Amino acid sequence: MSVDRRKFLKLAGLSTVLGVAGQGTLAAFGKPISPARFESPLTAKRWAMVIDLRKWTEEDSVACVEACRRAHNVPEFDNAKDAVKWIWMDQYDHAFPDEEEHYLPEKLHEAQIPLLCNHCDNPPCTRVCPTQATWKRESDGIVMMDWHRCIGCRFCMAACPYGSRSFNWRDPRPHIQGELNHEYPTRERGVVEKCTFCEERLAEGEEPACVAACKSGAMTFGDLEDPESKVRRLLAENFTIRRKPELGTHPEVYYIV
Amino acid sequence: MSDSGKVILGLVVFLAIAAFPLWYNHATGEATAMPELVYPTGYTECVADSAFMRSSHMDLLNQWRDEVVRHGRRIYTGPHGTQYVMSLQNTCMGCHSNKATFCDRCHNYMAVDPYCWQCHVEPKESL
Repeated sequence: MSVDRRKFLKLAGLSTVLGVAGQGTLAAFGKPISPARFESPLTAKRWAMVIDLRKWTEEDSVACVEACRRAHNVPEFDNAKDAVKWIWMDQYDHAFPDEEEHYLPEKLHEAQIPLLCNHCDNPPCTRVCPTQATWKRESDGIVMMDWHRCIGCRFCMAACPYGSRSFNWRDPRPHIQGELNHEYPTRERGVVEKCTFCEERLAEGEEPACVAACKSGAMTFGDLEDPESKVRRLLAENFTIRRKPELGTHPEVYYIV
Repeated sequence: MSDSGKVILGLVVFLAIAAFPLWYNHATGEATAMPELVYPTGYTECVADSAFMRSSHMDLLNQWRDEVVRHGRRIYTGPHGTQYVMSLQNTCMGCHSNKATFCDRCHNYMAVDPYCWQCHVEPKESL
């Protein structure tokens, strides 16, 4: 196709006008997000997390919980019975009730331990779900949830030995503090929710929000099946414990104490 | 059969009353007035053609939901080869950023009440 001078000038003029006019309207209407954001996702055969409690700081306790809350529109309730937990803090003997050390180091007595869904390799919660609203992803081991499909029967909460699942007893929307994250949904009353290892961030090539917010570097996220991964190196070099491993759930969050 | 006139008159009155919602809506023009939707300007195409979107956007959204949540696939290729991220909140509402003048007008007209918005967050423009 040949374009003569006259036609070229016409087209150039027209596209300038359209461009200027278009910018105004686009600004008024917003924009769909670009597929380019998902071009280089983080992938693994088996995601796992190692938390080094020796490095963990009080700032981390605040920053990690806050980062997760903001990223996922997690509500905050005054009544502890209504609490919705994705990542939360608790004391050592609550986190590891079966570790029966007689003389626990004082540091651990006072320590706040970060707790989250263990994304078990043998998750009891998924077996009891009557609607398959929760399942273990075959691709990377993440224990996922489909909130569309959850009917709120709470069997999974009864099955989870870690208290990692929370039920929305009330409409969570009015209890989300601060600005909503407009790129992530909220949940509704009558739905169970929990940590998803930030699968939406992994798809964009970013580490989970808590790991990114942990300034001390106490949290390490990586592929358990890759012998060269950061988590495998930490596991090879350090003694680690897991929460209630005797139950056979194969939890995939490891703690260096 | 001397009352046939009254019977027929009664039937006519009965039918007129029974069919009141139908003829009233037509007489006032409420039924024939189509909802006026505000379409985004600056865009020439949607993720599928308009007729399909009008009739089947709910099915497409269900399909997108299953693809993303259950299979982890996020990219959708439109009929003209354009790639889109499968997301109601971040793709659909990116262009159709005013729920009140787009989604609601038609849903109200059709008297349907989808529960998408109990979880999915509306864009700031319509709040």
